[in-house]
Amino acid sequence: MKKKSLLQQAAGAPYIVWAALFIIIPLVIVVYYAFTDKTGAFTMDNIVSLADYKETFLISFEYAFIASLICLAIAYPFAYIMSRRGQAAQRIMMMLVMLPMWMNLLIRTYSWMNILEKNGIINNILADFGMEPLKMIGTPGAVIFGMIYNYIPYMIIPIYNVMSKIEPSLLEAAEDLGSGALSKLRRVILPLSMPGVISGFTMVFVPSVSTFYISQKLGGGKIMLIGDAIERQMQTSYNYNLGASLSLVLMVVILVSMVILNRFAGDDDLLI
Amino acid sequence: MKKSLQNLFIAIIYIILYAPLLVMVFFSFNEGRSTSVFSGFSLKWYQELFSSRDTMTALQNTLVLAITSAVIATVLGTAAAVYMYQVRNRAWKTTLKTVTNIPMMVPEIVTGVSMMLLFVFVGRLLGAANALSFWTLLIAHVTFNLPYVILNVLPKLNQTDPHLSEAAQDLGSTPFSAFFKVVLPAVLPGIISGFIMSFTMSLDDFVISYYTTGSDFQTLPLKIFAMTKKTVKPDMYALSSLIFLTVLVLLLVVNISQIKQDRKNSGK
Repeated sequence: MKKKSLLQQAAGAPYIVWAALFIIIPLVIVVYYAFTDKTGAFTMDNIVSLADYKETFLISFEYAFIASLICLAIAYPFAYIMSRRGQAAQRIMMMLVMLPMWMNLLIRTYSWMNILEKNGIINNILADFGMEPLKMIGTPGAVIFGMIYNYIPYMIIPIYNVMSKIEPSLLEAAEDLGSGALSKLRRVILPLSMPGVISGFTMVFVPSVSTFYISQKLGGGKIMLIGDAIERQMQTSYNYNLGASLSLVLMVVILVSMVILNRFAGDDDLLI
Repeated sequence: MKKSLQNLFIAIIYIILYAPLLVMVFFSFNEGRSTSVFSGFSLKWYQELFSSRDTMTALQNTLVLAITSAVIATVLGTAAAVYMYQVRNRAWKTTLKTVTNIPMMVPEIVTGVSMMLLFVFVGRLLGAANALSFWTLLIAHVTFNLPYVILNVLPKLNQTDPHLSEAAQDLGSTPFSAFFKVVLPAVLPGIISGFIMSFTMSLDDFVISYYTTGSDFQTLPLKIFAMTKKTVKPDMYALSSLIFLTVLVLLLVVNISQIKQDRKNSGK
């Protein structure tokens, strides 16, 4: 017995070293860069200059929040309908939800740009009917749409996973006990599917709030999100210190909101 | 009536999900250079694709990186799961799990930036002019693949009977061979799905690669990004259409065999 556990102890060593070097230390270095200047001396300048990015932070969180809510509103009925179909239909429907995710996000987003742009596919069709072209690229709507489009599978999958585990007999029991459709939803389906909703919400919100490609392509260069600000500092201005402070704040805000969300979800009383 | 409304809703969502993919396939056959005005059918972009050294190198790089990083992550991650499985100290176990979850909770851009800063920082200490290369990219990919392996293997370990390995040892196995002959086969499905997930995450990754690669090593997503800064020619759509077709066939094969399996099981 002793020997076996020794072997298992040793098995953990490479991972512990790896995680320390490449998960923990990079985060420490972000903090270091955020509080130093180019010469390595301590400064609060990077943090102070974040005030200029207040607007950027606000619209990033606003767009991501709206996108996550719309994803939820679409994915919830979608997952419910899917979970009540036959087994073979469920498998095919799930496959069709996951298939687009296998295509690179850059290509899918670029393709949407082709569809929505000024001389794009939709406007060409409108022109054939003699209608005025619509301005879509460069609007907040296009950016939010891009977030919804790219990340909605992350909302559908976890919600479907919890819903497909709800026993039909449970719903029948609720009906037998006099539940109408609405109270069945509110008292049985909603509480049971809450874990799926929470994980779906975070899985859509986190990549949406930190995206930079979607806003670049569908925002037409006019809409700057926090991801764009970080990208600019790291890849064009080479101001790593400011880039680090932006990343640090983004990370802290996301982690704090996730903790709050999980607390909120853990409290069953709030659901009913 | 209610059912047809449901079907309509489902159909609209699928049409939106597939619209850009249809556009992509359609314009890959365009004769002209545009990806939004169709001027005639042609296969020339497919030919161009296979004769472009650049694209083929990027494809090769992507596959080499995905396989190497997935293999390393699978070995390290499986060993880590075996270790984490037997940790009894509660606080230590929670710490390990939290650290494992970090790359999945933190936005990709922050992971990318944090690793880039680490490499730049160490590079500066060592006096290297350019710290980023294939190796830094590989380290980054292994790091973001590790949680997927651990989270696939650990639940499988928890499902196995702890007495199994003890029984094997009572029957004369060494702990080492008991592990490889008894425990490993039981968790193999978890290891395989961890490997497949790692491989596909690595194939598809753009954000983290963008911050951690050197200028001499370009993967396909990075090449696509560089091209979409200007205008994309239909050859990128041709490549994506081929990838799409491959994935479609693979998923169909897997799903049809699973549906057959379902039918068999319900028939029993």
